[in-house]
Amino acid sequence: MSAIIILVSASLLVALGFLAAFIWSVKSGQYEDDYTPAIRMLFDEKQSTNTNTNNSNRRNDGQQQES
Amino acid sequence: MLTATPAETSCYHCGENCQNHPIPFDEKSFCCEGCKTVYSIINKVDLCDYYSLNHSPGVNQKHINNTGKYAVLDDQTVQEKLIKFKDATISHVTFYTPQMHCSSCIWLLEHLGKINAGILSSQVNFLKKEVTVVYQHDKVSLRTIAEILTSVGYEPHISLNDLSDKGLKKYNRTRIFKIGVAGFAFGNIMMLSFPEYFSGGHFEQQQLGRLFSWLNLVLALPVFFYSASEFYISAWAGLKQKFLNIDAPIVLAIVITFGRSVYEILTQTGAGYLDSMSGIVFFMLVGRFFQDKTYSSLTFNRDYTSYFPLGVTRLEEDGSEKQVPVSDIHQGDRIKVLSGEIIPADAILFMGKAQIDYSFVTGESIPVDKQIGEIIYAGGRQTGGALELEVVREVSQSYLTQLWNNDAFRNEREEKKVSFIHRLARQFTWVLFSIAIASAIYWSIHDPTRVWSAVTAVLIVACPCALLLSATFTNGSMLRMLQKFGFYARNANVIERIGDADSIVFDKTGTITVQQHADVSYEGQSLTPQQAAMVRTLAAQSSHPLSRAVVTYLPMYTRVPFSSFKEIKGAGIEACFDKQNVRMGSPGFLGLSVTAPEKGSAIYIEANGRILGRFSVSTVYREHLNAVINNLKSDFGISVLSGDNAAERRHLNSVFGNDATLQFNCTPHEKLEFIQALQQSGHKVIMTGDGLNDAGALQQSDAGIAITDNVNNFSPACDVIFEGKNFGILPELIRYCRKEKTIIAGSFIISILYNFVGLWFAVQGALEPVIAAILMPISSVSIVAFTTSMSSLLARKLKTKAKELNINASYDER
Repeated sequence: MSAIIILVSASLLVALGFLAAFIWSVKSGQYEDDYTPAIRMLFDEKQSTNTNTNNSNRRNDGQQQES
Repeated sequence: MLTATPAETSCYHCGENCQNHPIPFDEKSFCCEGCKTVYSIINKVDLCDYYSLNHSPGVNQKHINNTGKYAVLDDQTVQEKLIKFKDATISHVTFYTPQMHCSSCIWLLEHLGKINAGILSSQVNFLKKEVTVVYQHDKVSLRTIAEILTSVGYEPHISLNDLSDKGLKKYNRTRIFKIGVAGFAFGNIMMLSFPEYFSGGHFEQQQLGRLFSWLNLVLALPVFFYSASEFYISAWAGLKQKFLNIDAPIVLAIVITFGRSVYEILTQTGAGYLDSMSGIVFFMLVGRFFQDKTYSSLTFNRDYTSYFPLGVTRLEEDGSEKQVPVSDIHQGDRIKVLSGEIIPADAILFMGKAQIDYSFVTGESIPVDKQIGEIIYAGGRQTGGALELEVVREVSQSYLTQLWNNDAFRNEREEKKVSFIHRLARQFTWVLFSIAIASAIYWSIHDPTRVWSAVTAVLIVACPCALLLSATFTNGSMLRMLQKFGFYARNANVIERIGDADSIVFDKTGTITVQQHADVSYEGQSLTPQQAAMVRTLAAQSSHPLSRAVVTYLPMYTRVPFSSFKEIKGAGIEACFDKQNVRMGSPGFLGLSVTAPEKGSAIYIEANGRILGRFSVSTVYREHLNAVINNLKSDFGISVLSGDNAAERRHLNSVFGNDATLQFNCTPHEKLEFIQALQQSGHKVIMTGDGLNDAGALQQSDAGIAITDNVNNFSPACDVIFEGKNFGILPELIRYCRKEKTIIAGSFIISILYNFVGLWFAVQGALEPVIAAILMPISSVSIVAFTTSMSSLLARKLKTKAKELNINASYDER
């Protein structure tokens, strides 16, 4: 009996976590442009030292780390 | 010898044929100075990867001229409206650059920082064709950024529309949140209800069962109060206007389901139907999301403000020039308009040679000459030299913009016609109400304790959600199918309106003809290279479209010196070459009496008094026009409205047949009135047009289709943007829209079968939650499966036709 209660609350917590993750992903604008990032990641950065040093641009930063 | 073509060299920048005068630079050839300049800028800052990502990625620079065009961006009020975010050092601005078309463009536009160090970063949204630039405003000005973009070939499009707030399109995330919450609650309630389903209705008696019911209630609260809120709002809005839309019975069902479930849980008499309720809310929201797909890079509600330039050169009293926003122009101001610019307001010509091209406003392709002192109406494009004008009416009052004061533009389109879905939903609800009353009467006689449960169960089943699902999923998948053929509908209602139409009105120039293309042929004695050179030189002196057509037809020869050039407007031109006197023009000009050619106009050539032959210049109609018209003729009334003169009447008659109405020299207002008259005689009208001159008619019609050769270019306010290259498939697309109602009706019948099963239990007062929980998802899934498979099945005809016409059906994301 109590095992079920613990399991149910654990599963609800996990589900809430996913809901929060979903809301965050929508809020961060990931679904607004699903095309450009796919192309952007294919570009080779020749010298990534002197370009785009702006921190406000989250996606650009992520891309620089990848390349 | 007229067919000789030079060896083809393609431009390194834009890939266009360089003709026979390529401009060599840096061991590469360019078609024009503009392309060369763009290359040298890109080369200088070491961004030549641009050219290695794609072959010839550039945009042709031949027709671009801009001198001081962006000076208006120095204006403080203009800046405030364009800049999205600004702090002490940094500003964010987003430009719309319609020329963006490939991955090279993305690459270059995201490396603007290399061209100017003041630009911190730039980010592209390819689907919207926007580039967002983050820059330090004390190092680089907004104007400089616009000029940099232009210098590398991506001229930002800034119009009056951007300055008014309605130009801002904001991505609406609310519905996605609602779907997320509803989906989360639906899944978890379903999981917590499983013990109840399998215990045969006795589980809720146990303590654990009660706990699960309470958890369900907590999970259902956000669905009821948050996710379903848009149904309440829409139903209430409908009721306020005394109109019962489909959302009203849906809200009734949601409220009753929720109320009965809360009652059962509180009194511990049952588990409630919260799983079904949150499930149906989830599915309906998904359906609406699927249906309300928008094309982020297309704009359907453009008016004259997006066509007009942002700034204009005003001549100050001290003689200096100043760039001001168009909205700041007042009566009595002196303005300067350069060649290629648009006249922003009705004005009197003060100085300069005015040759105004009104083709965009009226459809008439021949430029109009205006004398000093004459009034020039706004909207025309100056093709001669620079002009000085005195404004007589402000922009919002001018002759052209008055069209937008017409009633057709006031009413929201959506209210024009109520979708048949709402009517069907109402009838459906009445039938179920009578069943509810009948079962209430029956049970009040036989077993009064079951009245309450029977009536509420019937009302729960009475939800026309199945109808809503049928409609939204049918429309959604049809919109996607139509999109594959370059037919971008503004919203789902448009499909129904096209399906209902019985008349089609075509505009001529640009709609059934191909813009800026003339079909030229030469008959008569063949010209020697020397004669051809003379004819070409002579024709090049005139700006008349027929002369222009001859110039493009004749290959490049060296210019021949001439003397005593004479032009008689609208008749012909003549000049003296060395020893020969060459004249070309209409038969009347040369004193001939000959019959006009089959279609189009003829230009006769005379050298030293001897007729050499004639050029016939005719409009080029779209491919497959005959087939399209023949196809549509059988069940549509067809009319053609042209702003142009009647020169093509004979040809159009042979294409459209004698039943079709042909009208020439139509003003934009007359086009609108023509549509209105058709509608008053009971017709449902589709208007197809392309320019600002059709804007009124497109707006007035039941469904306005704007045909354009480049979907990102300007198109007037309309319901559908349609790619001109797919013109041949238009009849099939219209017929496809007619099938919308059949598909919806079919899937509705399927869902009614499920409803009957539900009702069977409901009228007996024995609708167990498990039955509702099984019926609801099954009926939803079968509706989705049926509508999507039917809409692609019925599109088979479209696909075979497309293959026949060699149209490439591709899913092009917008």
